[in-house]
Amino acid sequence: MSVGDYIRGSQIWKSIFRHPAPVDRRNRVVVMLTNFFLHLHPVSIKQQGIALSYTWCMGGITFFLFLVETITGVLLMFYYRPTLEFAFNDILALRDVTTLGIMREVHRWAAHSMVITVWLHMYRVFLTGSYKPPREFNWVIGVLLLVLTLLLSFTGYLLPWDQLAIWAITVGSNMARATPFLGYEGPGAQLLNIGGYDLITNGSDARFLLLGSRFVGEATLNRFYILHCVAIPLVVSLLIAIHFWRVRKDGGISQPL
Amino acid sequence: MNHLQHNPDLTSSVIYGLGWVYLLMFLMNAYWVRRSYALDGNCRLSLGGILGKGEQIPVAAFWAVYAGMLLMVAITHLTGSNNPQQFSLQMPEILKEPINRASNPVAFFIGSTSLYVLMIVLRKWWTTPTAGWILLNLSILFLALSVTDYDFRQIVGKPDNVPIVAMLYIVGFFTWLYFKKSVDNDERKAAGRPLFEQENNEKVLTWPDLVYTELVCMVLVTAVLIAWGIVLQAPLEEPASAAKTPNPSKAPWYFLGLQEMLVYFDPWMAGVVLPSVILVGLMAVPYIDFNKAGNGYYTFNERKFAVSTFLFGFLPLWVAMIVLGTFLRGPNWNFFSPYEFWDVHKLELLNNINLSELFWIKGLGQPLPVVPPGASFAQQAPIILLREWLGLVGVAFYLVVLPNIMAATVFKKFYIKMGFLRYMVLANLMLMMMSLPIKMVLRWAVNLKYIVAIPEWFFNI
Repeated sequence: MSVGDYIRGSQIWKSIFRHPAPVDRRNRVVVMLTNFFLHLHPVSIKQQGIALSYTWCMGGITFFLFLVETITGVLLMFYYRPTLEFAFNDILALRDVTTLGIMREVHRWAAHSMVITVWLHMYRVFLTGSYKPPREFNWVIGVLLLVLTLLLSFTGYLLPWDQLAIWAITVGSNMARATPFLGYEGPGAQLLNIGGYDLITNGSDARFLLLGSRFVGEATLNRFYILHCVAIPLVVSLLIAIHFWRVRKDGGISQPL
Repeated sequence: MNHLQHNPDLTSSVIYGLGWVYLLMFLMNAYWVRRSYALDGNCRLSLGGILGKGEQIPVAAFWAVYAGMLLMVAITHLTGSNNPQQFSLQMPEILKEPINRASNPVAFFIGSTSLYVLMIVLRKWWTTPTAGWILLNLSILFLALSVTDYDFRQIVGKPDNVPIVAMLYIVGFFTWLYFKKSVDNDERKAAGRPLFEQENNEKVLTWPDLVYTELVCMVLVTAVLIAWGIVLQAPLEEPASAAKTPNPSKAPWYFLGLQEMLVYFDPWMAGVVLPSVILVGLMAVPYIDFNKAGNGYYTFNERKFAVSTFLFGFLPLWVAMIVLGTFLRGPNWNFFSPYEFWDVHKLELLNNINLSELFWIKGLGQPLPVVPPGASFAQQAPIILLREWLGLVGVAFYLVVLPNIMAATVFKKFYIKMGFLRYMVLANLMLMMMSLPIKMVLRWAVNLKYIVAIPEWFFNI
C-alpha cells in the first residue's frame, strides 16, 4: 500500500472528504454535492453556458479578485496603522522594508483589475440579455455590487496618505458639497433653515458625513479605513452571497430559451 | 526649429523595452503567417504590370514580409539602444504635428462617436479575424511609436495609468467578440439555423468541465498579478500635505469621466445628479426593456435599440471620457494633445456666456435684471425667474414636453407597448444621457455656459 493510499484510507482524510477521488461519474457528482466550496455550482451544466467565449469568465474573475483583495488586505492590515502619524510611514516600510511588501502592489493592481472586470461582467450580462426575466433582480444586485466595488476602491485610495491619495479624495468628495438639499453648496440647501438658522452648513452636510470633518483629515482617514476594511466588505459579502444564490435560483447561467 | 529637439531624453531602456514589444509582435505575426497560410488561400499579384498578368501568391506572403520587417525592427531596437539620441525609429514629427494640431475635445468626442457609429454600421467587416488582427497591429504600432515621445510616455507610463491602457485593449477585444458572435447568430437566425449557443449544448459535469476552467483562471490571474506587482511598483508620492495642491488634481481614474463632465455641468449635476441617474438607470434596465428576444445569447439585430443605447453610454460617454480625463487633461484641466508638454502656464480663453445673457444683453440689448443685494428669498424669486425664464422654460420643455412629443412620434411603438410610467422612465433616462452631448455641442458651438444660471441658489444647469 502506497503512502497516498494510506493517507486516503485514514479516518482523518475520510472525515474531511466523504468520497473517493472524483475520477468516475458517480464521484464527480458526489464531489459537487458534498464539498462546501463546490456546492455553489450545479452538478451538471450546459456546455455552451460555461464556454469562455460566452461568459468571458468576468464574474468569476471579479469574485476571485475580491478574495485576493481580502487576503492581501488582511495581510496589509497587520502592518498599517490608520493615523496621520503612521499611515504614510507604514506604507513606506511596506515598500522598502517589510518582507512580502509586494502585497501592496498586488492589492492595488488587483483593485484596479476588479473595477475593470466588474464592468466587463456587466457588459457581458447586458450584451447577452441575461438581465431579462427571470433575472431582473439579480441585475439590480449586480449594479449595487458595482457601486460598492467603486466605493471600496475609492475608500482604499486614501489610505496610503500621500499627495495622490488626499487630493484624489478631496476632488472626489468635493462633489458631495453640491448635493441638492444636503450639501451646503447644493441647490435647495438654503431652503432648509429654521428661523434664519441654517440646518445645512459645512459642518453638517453630506460632505461632512463622508469625511467626518470639514476637510480630508485624520477623522476621514479613520472613517475610510473602517469603511474600506470592515463596513463595505461586509455588505459586499452579503450581496455576493445573494447574487450567487440568485444565479442558481433564477435558472443558472443564462441560455437561449 | 526647436521641435527637432522634441525627444530630448529618449532613453536606452525605453528603446530596449520597445525591442521586446516588437519581438513579441514578430512572434504574434509569425503565428499569423502560419494561420494565414493554412486558411487564407491565394491572391493575384501583378505589381502594376511588372509581373505581366500577375501571379498567384499566398496571402500569407504579405504577412510574412510584415513579420520579417518586425523582426528587423526588433533587432534594431535590441542592439541599437546604446545611442538613444541618434536613434531614428521614432514617432515622426510629420505625424505628431497634425495629430497634435487636430486634437481638441471637439475632435475627440466627434471621433469617438464616429467610431461608435462605424463600429455598428460596419460590424460585418471589422469582426473578421483578419480585420481584427490588422486593427490590433495598427493600435500596437501606434502605441509603440508614440512611446518614443517624451510627453506621451510621461502620461501613459504612470503606473496607475497602465491598467487604463490594458482596459482599452480588453474592452476593444470584447466589443469585437460581441459583434463577431452577434453577426454570426444574426446570420444563423436569418438562414433559419439554430443559434451558436444552441449547438453542441449537451449537459456536462461541472467537475471537471467548469471546475478546471476556474482553476486555470485563478492560477493565471494570480500569476499576472504577481508579475505585475514585481514589474510595476504601486505609486507612492510625497506625504500628504493640505497646503500643496497638485495641479492637476484628479479623482481616481474610474471617476475621471465624471470629473470631465464638470467642464460642462456644475458639481451638483456632474457629481451627484448624473451619477445617481446613471445608477438608477442601470437598475431600471431590466424593467424598461420589454423586448423578450435576445435572452441568453449574443445578437444585435434583435435588440438594436437596447444594445446601441448601452454601447453609446458605455463607450463614447464612459470609457472615452475616462481616456480624455486621464491622458489628455493636464494642469487646470486644460486640454493637452497626446504629444504636448503639460505646461502649467497654458492659457485657454474662457469667454463662456449664459443663456440669460445671450437673451437679455445680446438679444434685447438690455442689462440683466439685477437682484438687489441682501434681498430675501421672496424678493429674489420673481427677479431671478424673470431673468432666467428662457432657460427654465427650455429645461421644462426638454424634460416634460419633449417625452410626450417623442411618445407621439419617434417612440410611438415604444409608448404603446410600454405604458405611460415605463415609457416616461425610459424617455427621461435617455434625455438625461443625451444632456451631456447636447451641453457639449452648445458649449462648442455658441460658448454656452449655463442654460439656467442661478448662482444665488447654487442652481446652474
